[in-house]
Amino acid sequence: MERPAWAPRSIDISVPSVSRIYDYYLGGSHNFEVDRQAARRAMEFMPGLPKIMQANRAFMRRAVRYAVGEGITQFLDIGSGIPTYGNVHEVAQAASPGARVVYVDHDPVAVAHSQAVLEGNADADVVAADLRKPQEILTSRQVEQLLDLDRPVVLLLVAILHFVEDADDPYTAVAELSAALAPGSLLVLTHASYEGIPLPPERAEGAVDVYKDIRNPLIMRSRDEIARFFEGYDMVEPGLVPMPLWRPETAPEDEDPYAFSGFAGVGRTS
Amino acid sequence: MIAEPDGPEDRLRRFATIWSRAVFPVTSTPLTRPEFEEQLLPLARRLSEALRARTFDAEAAKAVGAALVDAHCTDPDALSHSLDCVDAYLVLYCGEDGPQEDLRTRCSRLQHAMAAGYAQALRERTLAEQEAIAQAALKAQGVVAQALHASEARFRAVFEGAAIGIGIADLDGNVLQVNGALMRMFGGGEQAVRGRNVREWTHADDAPQVWRLYEELVRGDREHYHVEKAFCRPDGTVLWTNLTVSLLRDADGNPQYQLALMEDTTERRLLNLRLRYEATHDALTGLPNRTLFFERLEKVLSAGENQRFGLCYLDLDGFKTINDSLGHAAGDRLLVEVADRLQSCATAPGEMVARLGGDEFVALTTGSDTRREVDELAARIMNALVAPVRIDGRELTVRGSIGIVEGPAGERSPAEVLRSADITMYRAKSAGGNRFELADPEADARAITRHGLTTSLPAALERGEFFIEYQPLVHLGDSSVRGAEALVRWLHPQHGVLGPDRFIPLAEHTGLIVPLGRWVLEQSVRQAREWRERNGDTSPLRINVNLSPCQLNHPGLVQDTVDILERAGVEPEALCLEVTESALIGADDDLLKPLRRLAEMGIDIALDDFGTGYSNLANLRRLPVSVLKLDRSFTQSMQQFPADPVDLKIVEGIVSLAHSLDLAVTVEGVETGAQAEQLRILGCDTAQGWYYARPGPPDRLHELALVDATG
Repeated sequence: MERPAWAPRSIDISVPSVSRIYDYYLGGSHNFEVDRQAARRAMEFMPGLPKIMQANRAFMRRAVRYAVGEGITQFLDIGSGIPTYGNVHEVAQAASPGARVVYVDHDPVAVAHSQAVLEGNADADVVAADLRKPQEILTSRQVEQLLDLDRPVVLLLVAILHFVEDADDPYTAVAELSAALAPGSLLVLTHASYEGIPLPPERAEGAVDVYKDIRNPLIMRSRDEIARFFEGYDMVEPGLVPMPLWRPETAPEDEDPYAFSGFAGVGRTS
Repeated sequence: MIAEPDGPEDRLRRFATIWSRAVFPVTSTPLTRPEFEEQLLPLARRLSEALRARTFDAEAAKAVGAALVDAHCTDPDALSHSLDCVDAYLVLYCGEDGPQEDLRTRCSRLQHAMAAGYAQALRERTLAEQEAIAQAALKAQGVVAQALHASEARFRAVFEGAAIGIGIADLDGNVLQVNGALMRMFGGGEQAVRGRNVREWTHADDAPQVWRLYEELVRGDREHYHVEKAFCRPDGTVLWTNLTVSLLRDADGNPQYQLALMEDTTERRLLNLRLRYEATHDALTGLPNRTLFFERLEKVLSAGENQRFGLCYLDLDGFKTINDSLGHAAGDRLLVEVADRLQSCATAPGEMVARLGGDEFVALTTGSDTRREVDELAARIMNALVAPVRIDGRELTVRGSIGIVEGPAGERSPAEVLRSADITMYRAKSAGGNRFELADPEADARAITRHGLTTSLPAALERGEFFIEYQPLVHLGDSSVRGAEALVRWLHPQHGVLGPDRFIPLAEHTGLIVPLGRWVLEQSVRQAREWRERNGDTSPLRINVNLSPCQLNHPGLVQDTVDILERAGVEPEALCLEVTESALIGADDDLLKPLRRLAEMGIDIALDDFGTGYSNLANLRRLPVSVLKLDRSFTQSMQQFPADPVDLKIVEGIVSLAHSLDLAVTVEGVETGAQAEQLRILGCDTAQGWYYARPGPPDRLHELALVDATG
């Protein structure tokens, strides 16, 4: 069949993907040369970028274990990206066998890979959906099958909201998701910010520009702006802080300075 | 296991700690360093054991190298840091008391094996991950392609199966793609559409804005537009469409294509034209109908200055007779023939013929010289009707009456014009038909008043707008008042007092004369009783009341009259009913019977207006009349002096004839004493007229009678 000239194009793996770049930062090989090129360019401005990602993973790990400790065993991880070592379901199911996890990503490659990784895991699944359309997530088959929204759920928005532009109204999206959560649910969130980066902002901007170039602009938000995502939540101690300072298990002073870039926090719905 | 201070276990742990501290900063593990150290501890143990083993075990060291990769130490620095650490501390912490030289050799061989194991594992992991992500990408593309394929198939089905025509062109107007529906609209041939340029499709009927909208769209200044547009098909026929054109933009918002959606409205348009034709034309004759005629007339009448119109309103004479005698089919054929002839009379531009209904036609002419044209048009129509129409082997003569209205545009409404034409046509008809008359404002006004009076008659009777005046009847012998004629008047709220000539024919026409006549009779009889009561029985005054032809035919006449007299307690002899001579022309016994009954009861019957009809003197004997009322035309000539001797002779003859038949003679219209004297000499019995008194209220008559009695 002749393809109409105006029909939309297929997915293009010659375009860098933020989830594959993330994988590269974390030492993975689930990436292509275009991803690595973009990552290396960003690292020219911010050599410590991988440390920020590592801090994100470490924070997420602590937060998941905290949630399990609080008795919550259902997880909705939006923007899960390429599954890598120490994923939510690994951490959660290690801490509480039978914990339910639904991953959400809008990158079809990340979703396809997640499906492969999760094959045979009855308690975890992945949805191809977009944070900007919360209802599609909440009404997805996977969420309906695995999660009981009448009981507390951990909503993870780790290193994703800084990819949602203000024009797409990330606050409303978060509010819509929050409205669907039962009391006692947790919001686990990290967000990029110029605050805490151990570099002058104009240098960090170079890395931000790389993301602009690959059509996935990185939206740096202030601490106050990030705190607004927690509207309606009670902050879990110690509140919205640099990642290494959130319930550290080792001395924060041992951490890489880059790990203090951006903010992390956990809130509880009442 | 509790490590004995500085025992082998404690030393092993210290080695693991040093190792983890060396490697942790270059790993990407989410674990904490102590957790990471726990992961390294078994690896350290294996190295420790391999160090001291009797034989060299390369596999153990390879496994440790591979395990580093599993522990997510994928950065090559992790290997070099590990090897540095092993090189510096393994023998020191785990060598125990073995021969240093052998341990050092073994340690470096372990490092080689570790590096090889690490490299192999990293290579395998890298390849596996590359394979996994490639597979994922393939699968994702497959899923997307499948979804795209499905949506494209759906889209294609919609595109191809759509009942509306869909076409895509680039911004230069080159047609890129069209669907089947669109090709069928253009007549089926692909070459008619594909590869063509949109700009070629101009059509004479294009609205002025069509191409302006197009330019705005392809410039990107407009997102879409909707027009009604005609296209030329290759076979020369016209395709009419409802056309919607939308601008398609690319992902960056730049104009890219134009999308046309078109709906074939050709049939609907034809249907609309046909429906419009049917709604505006007469099905029988094919002529424009009343609707279309009024539309045209309206347009003509609202035209600018110096524009005039002329209208002929034709009604066939005696068409009802043809319909009744030959049937409606014959009547219809006659109408078709007449329509054809009329059509041939009005062929000039600005002329039209229409059928308003039944046998009513109109012909319209417009322009600046319609005064002359409309006369010619009417003449042509009359002329066209001259030749007989052949129907079913019969030659039918067709005649018509035409009312002509002519005038300037902008003064009258279509309804006013048509009413005037209608009135004028009826004037032509009542003048005998087979002629045309020109509208006359005064005649129109009269007709309009007549119409108004007719419609307000019934209410007038109910509201008591009628009253009666009495004109005395005087005995010519002794000049005494013998009675009076009751004359009905209408006190009209707008027109004032109207005489019977203005409304009696109308009442006669509508049948209202019967109740009105009964009311007059009641009033008059009551008045007669009043006079009798005032005067006593010495000289009873008689009352004359007119009976119209319609009343004569009314079956309740005798009974009503009897009832009225009885109710009032008035003798029949006090009543005289006047009947016109013309009403009794050709009257048979059935019609005369009620009059005879009344006469037998003692009511006088007067023959009114005698001498105006074809006075059938032989008939006089047959009629139950006792009084002749001579028409005023006989007395008029006696106003001069000397009177016309012929008139005198005629009157003398009539009086002598009447007297020989035992009839009394009353004369009307007496205005002078000379007249009265002359009539007395001629032998007339009673008289009425202005010489004695004009019609007036009943009291005046009473006064007259009193004067008469006392004088």
